[in-house]
Order: sequence, then C-alpha cells, then structure tokens
Amino acid sequence: MIPALLRIDRRSEEYAGTFTLHLSADDGGALPEFMPGQFNMLYAFGTGEVAISMSGSPTGDKGYVHTVRVHGLATQALGRLREGEQIGVRGPFGQGWPLDQVEDRDLLIIAGGLGLAPLRPLIYSLLNGNWKARRVRIFYGARRPEERLYREELPRWSEVFELRQSVDHADTAWPGHIGVITGPLQMAEVDIQSAMAFICGPEIMMRFCIQALRSKGVAESNIYLSMERNMKCAIGHCGHCQWGPNFICKDGPVFCYRDIQSWFQIRAL
Amino acid sequence: MKGMAQLLREHPFFSGLDEDYLELLAGCGENRIYNTGDYIARENDPADHFFVIRDGQVAVESYLPNYGALCLQTLHKGDIFGWSWLFPPYLWTFDARAMNEVHVICLNGKCLREKCKTDPKMGYELMQRFARIITDRLHATRMQLMDVYSPQPPPLERSR
Ligand code: FES
Repeated sequence: MIPALLRIDRRSEEYAGTFTLHLSADDGGALPEFMPGQFNMLYAFGTGEVAISMSGSPTGDKGYVHTVRVHGLATQALGRLREGEQIGVRGPFGQGWPLDQVEDRDLLIIAGGLGLAPLRPLIYSLLNGNWKARRVRIFYGARRPEERLYREELPRWSEVFELRQSVDHADTAWPGHIGVITGPLQMAEVDIQSAMAFICGPEIMMRFCIQALRSKGVAESNIYLSMERNMKCAIGHCGHCQWGPNFICKDGPVFCYRDIQSWFQIRAL
Repeated sequence: MKGMAQLLREHPFFSGLDEDYLELLAGCGENRIYNTGDYIARENDPADHFFVIRDGQVAVESYLPNYGALCLQTLHKGDIFGWSWLFPPYLWTFDARAMNEVHVICLNGKCLREKCKTDPKMGYELMQRFARIITDRLHATRMQLMDVYSPQPPPLERSR
C-alpha cells in the first residue's frame, strides 16, 4: 500500500514534546472516511513510519488530525516538519470503538495522558449527536495541568458531558482534582446494567482502571480498550504487532476486554 | 433535615454497621463548615477527629521549606479523611485545607478511641473500614509515584 501525500495545514504545540498536525490532500479532495479509534501510518520521508491514532472529527473535517508525542526517530522527524510541508499517510486502519453499542448506555470514557487523542473522535461523534448514549462521563487523568491535551476544548465538553479531570501533580494555582484518575472513577456511581467503558492510556493506568471498574461490577464484556504496539505493515501481514493470537493493527487497536484479558495479564507480551 | 445517624447510614463507609454503633458514632459527630483557605487540620496538631466530606474540596498538603505548601492530593464529596486519631502519637501528619466552602461531618476520634477499647467488636469494624481507605490511598500513591503518563519509563523500569 503506497502512502498518499498529504500537506500539513496546521501544526500546534500541545505541550513540550507533543504536537498536533492537521493534514489534508494537496488538491483539497476528500480523504477516506474513518471510524473513531482507527489509526493511520504517518511516514516522515527518509526516516520511517509510525502508527498514530486519528484524533480529529470523523465528520465535518476535510482532513485528518493526529496528535503525536516525540519518542523515537520517526516522531522526531514528524516533529521537525512545518506547515506547508508534506508527509506520507497510509490508512485508515484497524477496528475502532463500538459506537453502535452506546445507545441508551451509561458511557464512561476514561483517558490517561495522550490516551485522550484516540478518544477525541468518539467524543466529537457524541457531541455531534451522531451517536447517543443515555449518560456520558469523561474521566481524564494527566500528569500536570499543563500536560493535558486539547485544553481549550475541555470547557465546552464539560458543558455537554460530565467531565472529571485529575492531575497527578499540580501547584496551588490549580483548582481541580489532584490524584490519580482511579480516585474519581472509584467514587462514581455506576449503573452496572447499562455501564460501558472505553479506556485509553498507558497500559498500567488501563489495568488499574479495569480493576476499579471490575470492583464496581462492570462486566468484562462492557469494557473496551485501545492497545498500542509497534506496527509496521498495519494490514496484518508482517506479524510485527502480534499480541497473543491477535494482530493489533487488524483485530485492534480497540479490543473488548473480555476477548483479550488472558493476554492482557501476561507480562512482557 | 436529616439527622446525624441518617447521614452516616447513607455513606458507604458505614454501610452494614450495627445500628447501635451508628447511633454511638452519630453521638460523636457534628456538622461543620469551613471557608476557602481554612485549615481543617494542621501537621503536628493533635488529631482528635476524622471527617466525612459532604461537600467541597479539601487539599492534603505538606509544607516544603523554600517552596511552600505542596498539594499531594485533593479529597472530595464522599471522601473520608483522618486516621491519625487511631495511632499514637495522635498527631496530624499533613495539613488539610479547604479549597472552597467545605461541609463536613466531624467525628470525635478521641471519644471513639475509648469506645473501641472497651468494645473490641466495634473497634474491629471501624479498623477494617479504615484499613480499606488506607489501602486505597496507598494504592493511589503508588500509582502517582509510577508517573504513568511520563514520556520516560519510570526509574524503576529503567534500572532493571
Ligand atoms: S503491523 Fe504487520 S501485522 Fe500488524
């Protein structure tokens, strides 16, 4: 699969080492549609490719939006690109969030750090009314107040949904919650019959959130998470992203916890 | 207006507790309101009470020389705090400051301490509940220490 050439229309700095790229086709044409939770392979010419989740709106935008954290050569190269420059893009790939199941559910969206990026298209879909849940709560945990993504959008989300934010560390100027995100999650009243949780964040944070949800009685079949692994082909050929019997690029990155819990428990897999 | 026993009965911390014990606890409790900035507890002051937050936000702080107050955690509606009354030397180990108007039920631990001594069953019931809270806080603190959102692996992982 050959990458399409896309232009960087806009580049914004989220915080040190993390930036967001807005991409569109050079001719302004429409790009393939995507489902919230899917990802693209971004190619920094001469350096390499990296899998990055979609973080823009699945409708309404002409292009793709990706939030990237610098942590390797390819992301460093992407970080050096400026507005007007081009990158190669393959995708969209993978299985997204099961939005078709959220109707009439008590939806818990749980994001940790950069994990808000793959959940943002889902939040946009709910904001647009494309999908309706009975109740939507967003739990967002971050390291520090200034290391939260999409800070200018959070107030608007909190007008529509119940948004609980918590940071691990902050000084006295921060009026919000300080402590890990499992705290607000544990305090939340959950209707276990209709509860459905979508989680994305560092694996360790997801593990603790799953423990909190399970202790409340939320069924494994109602917990979904987005997994991250190194990807290469992104189309299920190379085996690079194999995780137990699953290929994350093809069977994931979003999985139902019921289907993967045995793999999720295995260390160093 | 709800009576003290009813307020306690509705809180998960006290759920399943014998009615007699609840009445006894209610007898040791009073409603209090703190304004923004008020200290509910100060490090090294005698710890004779524990608190159930009914409304508002409380910062658990420690004072660092040349820095000021460092907030380690915030507590909110439904949280319980204060277990220094359970263990000698019965002194607060942190500051607790109201971040906005805070409504609490303040329970007299000093009086409960004596009751727990004379009624070990009640002592065990209470101790079990506090142990749960202390375990949850320890778990949260460990997670905070792991710095899970850091772009770098935590030091523990790097040193392996
Ligand atoms: S990246 Fe090649 S199989 Fe998934």
